[in-house]
Amino acid sequence: MKSAIAKRDDPQNSVETAAVSAVAGVGDCFHCGLPVPPDLDLYVNIDGVNQPMCCHGCQAVADSIIASGHANFYRVRTEVSPTGQGLVPEFLRATAVYDVPEIQDQFVHSLGADMREASLILEGITCAACIWLNEQYIAGLPGVTDVRVNYATQRALVRWDETRIKLSEILQSIQKIGYRALPYNPDQQQESNRQQRRLQLRRLAVAGLFGMQVMMISISLYAGAWSGMEASFEQFFRWLSLGLTLPVMLYSATPFFISAGRDLARRQVGMDVPVSLAIGIAFASSALATINGQGEIYFDSVVMFVFFLSASRYFENMARQRCAASVEQLAQSMPVVTTRLAPDGGAEESVAAATLAIGDRVLVRPGETIPADGEIISGFSALDESLLNGESIPVDKNVGDRLLGGSINVTNPLQMEVKSVGADTVMAEIQRTIERAQAEKPPLARLADRVAARFISFVLLIVISVAVFWWLHDAERWFEIALAVLIVSCPCALSLATPTAISASLGKLQSAGLLVKRGSALENLNRVTHVVFDKTGTLTRGRPRLERVICSPEYDRGQCLQIAAALEQHSEHPLARVLVQEAGVLEKCKPTRIASTAGGGICASIDDVDYFIGNASYIASHSSAEMPTQWLEEIAADAVTVVVLARADRVIAMFTFVDDLREDAKTLITHLQTLGKSVILMTGDGDAAARRVADLTGISDYRAQMSPHGKMEAVQALQRESSAVLMIGDGVNDAPVLSSADVSIAMGGASSLAKTSADIVLTANHLPAIAQSMIFAAETQRIVYQNMGWALMYNFGAIPAAAMGLIAPWLAALGMSVSSLLVVLNALRLTR
Amino acid sequence: MEIIYLLIPISLILLGVIVWILLWAVRDGQYDDLEGPAHRILMDEDRIVDTQKNSRRGDAG
Repeated sequence: MKSAIAKRDDPQNSVETAAVSAVAGVGDCFHCGLPVPPDLDLYVNIDGVNQPMCCHGCQAVADSIIASGHANFYRVRTEVSPTGQGLVPEFLRATAVYDVPEIQDQFVHSLGADMREASLILEGITCAACIWLNEQYIAGLPGVTDVRVNYATQRALVRWDETRIKLSEILQSIQKIGYRALPYNPDQQQESNRQQRRLQLRRLAVAGLFGMQVMMISISLYAGAWSGMEASFEQFFRWLSLGLTLPVMLYSATPFFISAGRDLARRQVGMDVPVSLAIGIAFASSALATINGQGEIYFDSVVMFVFFLSASRYFENMARQRCAASVEQLAQSMPVVTTRLAPDGGAEESVAAATLAIGDRVLVRPGETIPADGEIISGFSALDESLLNGESIPVDKNVGDRLLGGSINVTNPLQMEVKSVGADTVMAEIQRTIERAQAEKPPLARLADRVAARFISFVLLIVISVAVFWWLHDAERWFEIALAVLIVSCPCALSLATPTAISASLGKLQSAGLLVKRGSALENLNRVTHVVFDKTGTLTRGRPRLERVICSPEYDRGQCLQIAAALEQHSEHPLARVLVQEAGVLEKCKPTRIASTAGGGICASIDDVDYFIGNASYIASHSSAEMPTQWLEEIAADAVTVVVLARADRVIAMFTFVDDLREDAKTLITHLQTLGKSVILMTGDGDAAARRVADLTGISDYRAQMSPHGKMEAVQALQRESSAVLMIGDGVNDAPVLSSADVSIAMGGASSLAKTSADIVLTANHLPAIAQSMIFAAETQRIVYQNMGWALMYNFGAIPAAAMGLIAPWLAALGMSVSSLLVVLNALRLTR
Repeated sequence: MEIIYLLIPISLILLGVIVWILLWAVRDGQYDDLEGPAHRILMDEDRIVDTQKNSRRGDAG
């Protein structure tokens, strides 16, 4: 299909621009909903209407979606899509690595000779239509035989024919329609989680179904006791209850017995000890009564207790696994790919970190993780080792210094020699860090656990004294009453109070686009008084955008861009990449004699004319040309970045770049201010740029030209004034500040999760979610207090009543189960 | 009332069947994704309706 780009004056472009879908605002980018820059003429023809696009990335993505015959996506989607990014060379390089056999071993399963299967994490899913689009599109790729997307987990399972398509091609194709896919390894942990979930569900089902029968029979037994029943029927029903309770005891209740056994072996008293005692004693005495043909039976209490307890544990476990799973899988998906240099230091090659051998030379670019322990052989840089030792300030290292696998190279490219590999690799370290973070329980939950543990010992003492007391006073009722106390006093509700509420809210936050790494983050979020923002990449998009091209009369915009892109095409500078992308297809102007000055610019000749491109001072020193004063006036008003293109004798063009404010930044700031939080902007940028952003968003307190260390000190100063600080940054450069704040939120895709030290990662490209999360944290806290209040009230109220013999065992089982269920249901209110 | 000796075993057999079906469904993974199928069925419906609409529109135009 031919490209559907058209000019703005296209006759077809009618007024019904937004007729297909009202998702994006009129005049905004039809694909991602961002405002379209004023002098940009990019359109994609969707259902016969030319829809505006904000950038080449979005245009390419929309084009691919239309070309593959999935225009329907735009009709059914309910949310705008993530901004398209196009196929950048780094991405192509990164995905190509997945074709390397060693790496495939990690992620890909072989099914027969040519069939392969892999699980993919999909990023950028915003609504159900995205799932549909991905399924349809991936299934339509030649060579893909099967694809299934799991909506709940946003994971895809893909099967393909290795001879017809490669994994890297599948990943690249998905990138073409604007999503990002990463293979991950559903490891044993996850598989066992799934098995555990299923086992729990089966146990719950057995307890429920058999329990229903037992309840039914016990109702007829009660009715029989009331109105008279033939002894043979009564005995038959009792045996029946025993038979039906047996599977519940043997299958559904085993986890309680196992866990109680484990507790006793460690000489501790966990919650399962009284639970097992109650179930076991009640069942044993009832079975004895059945065999002897006389005495009370409590089978109904037993099954009810087991069923409700299993139900609340199942829900708790589900919520917890859902949160934990995303973190684990992301850590795994991190492709541990590294650039190995040939022994002579020449050719670069992307290899799996696992295949590195001692003595290999490796190139580590800024932002990359050190793949193994080693030594610097050239270059110097600052390294963030916070993941390894918690030291939050990056450490400066020079030639000969030791590098630790798992630390992050912050400032300059480095060449290193590998000294040790294996268990000290990045993956092992990151995995360990995340496990540590997950093991951390919120303080309130820890308190509840401690209280519960003491409470249980206390309860067992009470049960014994109550039993002795009643045995001395009313020998007939001592067993019934002791059993009632045992059942009624189970502090299940108390222990469930916090974890259920936290799990429920983590799940809810995740669907709102916030991934919480630490449970304690929610409690801390609640105390926050000051919100500190980083600017670049947080309030702004962090990606420079070509704002204007000012050309001299003899050149037009297209020509200027072509020349600039030709000069810059091999440069890694972010601005250079924007220029190359803006220029689109390069015509055949081949630059020769390229010479670049680091931090300045590039000089090259095209058709024997020397051109210079770079910042103003570079141009001033390399060309005799004068900048036209009128241009300088034009740009003086805004704080923008300028790149100048010149010939030896005159200036040809000037490109201005801006880093756009996120359009929802102001909404968030206003929202936070109405919540009564003090908002502060801290940035490393100059005063003018900081002021511009502060003015636009309504922040009165801004601090410019701050180093990461300065930011950290400022945050600590705030903390000394006994205020709790929430730091919001882009996650990579702000590691020190993020870790010193009480709570931290990092921006950026979910894949950066494992890299950051932040407590929470904003996965949705939607800032106001942060304000919502704060409201939500308060809500969660309220529910936790309600739950704890209720649980304590129930236990302290019910125990004396049971000890006085006012509560029958079946009523006790009902009361205890209902109180636990109430706590779980109260927590589930959060998910609505 | 002796009929109970027949009816209860029948209900127990039914119970057995129900338990077996449920256990099979859990093992088959039918409870692994509770949201996806609901969306998927709606999506497919939309696509068919829309392609029909398109072809009709195409015929008319």
